[in-house]
Amino acid sequence: MIRFILRRILQTIPVLWAVATLTFFMLRLAPGGPFADERAVSPEVQKALEAHYGLDKPLIAQYGEYLFNLIQGDLGPSFKYPGRTVNEIIQIKFPKSMELGIYSMSIALVFGLTLGVIASLKPNSFLDYVPSSLSMVGICLPTFVLGPLLVLVFALKLKWFPYPGWDGPAYKVLPSATLGFFYAAYIARLTRGGMREVLTQDYIRTARAKGAAAHTVILRHALRGGILPVVSFMGPAFAGLVAGSFVIETIFNIPGLGKDFVTSAFNRDYTMVLGLVVFFAALIVVFNTIVDVVQVWLNPKLKLE
Amino acid sequence: MKLFVFSALVGFLFIPTGCGPTETKVQRGNREQVLHLSNGSEPESIDPHIVTGVPEHNVISALTEGLVTEDPVDLHPVPGMAESWDISEDGNVYTFRLRDNAKWTNGESVTAQDFVRSFQRILTPSLASKYAYMLFLMKNAEPYNKGELKDFSQVGARAIDDQTLEITLNNAAPYFLSLLNHYTWFPVHLPTVEKYGNADDRGNPWTKAGNFVSNGPFRLKEWRISDVMIVEKNPDYWDANTVRLREIHFYPIESIETQDRAFRNGGTHNTYEMIPAKIEQYQKESPELVHIDPYLGSYFYRINTQKKPFDDVRVRRALAMAVDRESIVKNVTRGGQMPGNYFTPPNTAGYTTTARIPTDLEQAKKLLAEAGYPEGKGFPKASIIFNTNESHRAIASAIQEMWRKHLNIEVELINQEWKVYLDSQRNGDYFLSRAGWIGDYVDPNSFMDMWTSWSQQNQTGWSTDVYDELIAQAGKTGDAEQRLEYFQQAEEILMAEAPIIPIYIYTRVYLLDPAVKNWNPTILDHHPYKHLYLESN
Repeated sequence: MIRFILRRILQTIPVLWAVATLTFFMLRLAPGGPFADERAVSPEVQKALEAHYGLDKPLIAQYGEYLFNLIQGDLGPSFKYPGRTVNEIIQIKFPKSMELGIYSMSIALVFGLTLGVIASLKPNSFLDYVPSSLSMVGICLPTFVLGPLLVLVFALKLKWFPYPGWDGPAYKVLPSATLGFFYAAYIARLTRGGMREVLTQDYIRTARAKGAAAHTVILRHALRGGILPVVSFMGPAFAGLVAGSFVIETIFNIPGLGKDFVTSAFNRDYTMVLGLVVFFAALIVVFNTIVDVVQVWLNPKLKLE
Repeated sequence: MKLFVFSALVGFLFIPTGCGPTETKVQRGNREQVLHLSNGSEPESIDPHIVTGVPEHNVISALTEGLVTEDPVDLHPVPGMAESWDISEDGNVYTFRLRDNAKWTNGESVTAQDFVRSFQRILTPSLASKYAYMLFLMKNAEPYNKGELKDFSQVGARAIDDQTLEITLNNAAPYFLSLLNHYTWFPVHLPTVEKYGNADDRGNPWTKAGNFVSNGPFRLKEWRISDVMIVEKNPDYWDANTVRLREIHFYPIESIETQDRAFRNGGTHNTYEMIPAKIEQYQKESPELVHIDPYLGSYFYRINTQKKPFDDVRVRRALAMAVDRESIVKNVTRGGQMPGNYFTPPNTAGYTTTARIPTDLEQAKKLLAEAGYPEGKGFPKASIIFNTNESHRAIASAIQEMWRKHLNIEVELINQEWKVYLDSQRNGDYFLSRAGWIGDYVDPNSFMDMWTSWSQQNQTGWSTDVYDELIAQAGKTGDAEQRLEYFQQAEEILMAEAPIIPIYIYTRVYLLDPAVKNWNPTILDHHPYKHLYLESN
């Protein structure tokens, strides 16, 4: 397993390099620069700004310099926020996004798995229709509708929760629930599908024939195979969740990283965009590796090597 | 059903977290003199020599004070760091006397040298301050900033002694004292800046909480990125007795919907902006919350005079005359804006222009025919560019329809992402382009000098010697009345030549909790914080 993980880490390097390179050059192709403003700056100031951030050097030299710094883990200064580095911004904001991601994923798993399993037990019955329609509603109801709706009911009308911000536990309930329900809907459908398939397998019939209790069959024998689709979904989903959500952060004004993915591109904050893309790529690789390990653990038919 | 499930979850989460809050931030703030302000976007920095934006201004004006400060009602300059000043007879030389008790937050005195060194810093070419040109009024500031002059002692800022500062201008400028309230003229504590890096390094981290030293009515307490910036009353401020607020919390809330919900939920005392569609509803249901203040800004379209057919003044005037501005402010923007048949907002430092571009459909048709497009026949395909935004689109659609109906010409609407739009405008890659201009200081010059041939802001390809000359004359004359007369003549030319289509004069529309006292409508949307206090009814 150690060997597997080491190999994965080695494979990551060319992936990150490719991502960084592509992003670097694509960014420079975009019209408009980081220093363009409503009030046009004089050519002298423009030149001095470019000199300060090294944008006056040939592109290939800038690229070389960027890669050199990247290897040392230095993502450079933010163009938009003088006085802050990209590393610093990620360090401050990522924990908040991660916290939100963990809460939402927990809610998603608890509700999604429960509903999915219930729905799978008696297909095309009332016990299937209710959870299945619920999850359909969850998928169709985008977070930018559900979020304001929850705020309206539970913050503005009932006054149960403070809003907006990220100041304490009470602030975190509504955003986590909004995001959690959305993912719960997906997980419920994946679980139902996975479970349906597993429940028709021979080994389940064998387990039943041997007289195992119904709940043992479901929770110990079937669930292990039934949640495999959920596990593969979890890798990229969790990476996406912890990296922050633009919509949720905007609705609830949460100081997470999700907003920066969008705004840094609008601002042409070259270093910030690059830093975030590389960081996100690394996150995806990490979570996919974890997912692979978990899948092997759950499914004896698979091997890591 | 979903709500039912959710209620179950809420019940579950509620028990461990205890009861919900019974008192909102605003209610507690009112008791404790803590003001919670919605402040648009996250400040890029709080270094007055680096920033350019309004949210930045709002924070910096709480933290830092210049030679003068602003009257809370009409913003006229009142003594700040300087307790008094003399103006030479020709109006070119200002001698400021600094107060004895002007202190930095680290306890040191604010001296004349601090100001001189600050001016030197912002003008240093390698700092690349975007707003350094705000100081170009000062003698030799421009050549120094452009690197043509190396010796700063030749620039018109001199510390006669610790408490006496002399500033020499190129020409007399009646708005100079007001201009001093622009943050580019604010002092920074150079020893602190240098402690954390080079004075001319934009990335210098001296602005972080804990490092930052300032001299204003408030001092920086905490800065949580994209979350909140907290400033607290500065006990060493010379006029600390006037300051009644204990703290101000600035929240960067960009979404207007979120601002609205935050306000309704008692999270903030104000909204930074307002959802246009909700203005009427609020005015009906809670008019005491709605503020519509006049604002020193002009909304207009640039015309690219280098491109056919807009190189013909008759075409430009025809288009400008066929815009029904009344209808736009009444039916589209609906925020109390003033229809603008002129460019400079009325009553700007005593200046109200008499120049007009009339709304006159008959004349517009006639001009278009004279230019070779009778009934709009043969008019080439043109387009309006605007940065992606619902309000800009709505206005552009209205104008598109007016031109179609009245002049029988077709223009296409093209929305562009912000930076792309700036690029197009800058490179002259457009026919017509939506624009807005907010005055930097209360003086017609802030609106008129941008149309000179040498201004970076012109971007229409239009210029005339007469206009340039008038603006130059206005800059030189010592006679205040004559000066306004020059501006009148200049604006007449601007309207006659129509390189722009003025549309409306801005208002600031927002919600404000009535507990905030001494908050006055001011034309720059400045609300000097040291005079504010909270009192719930």
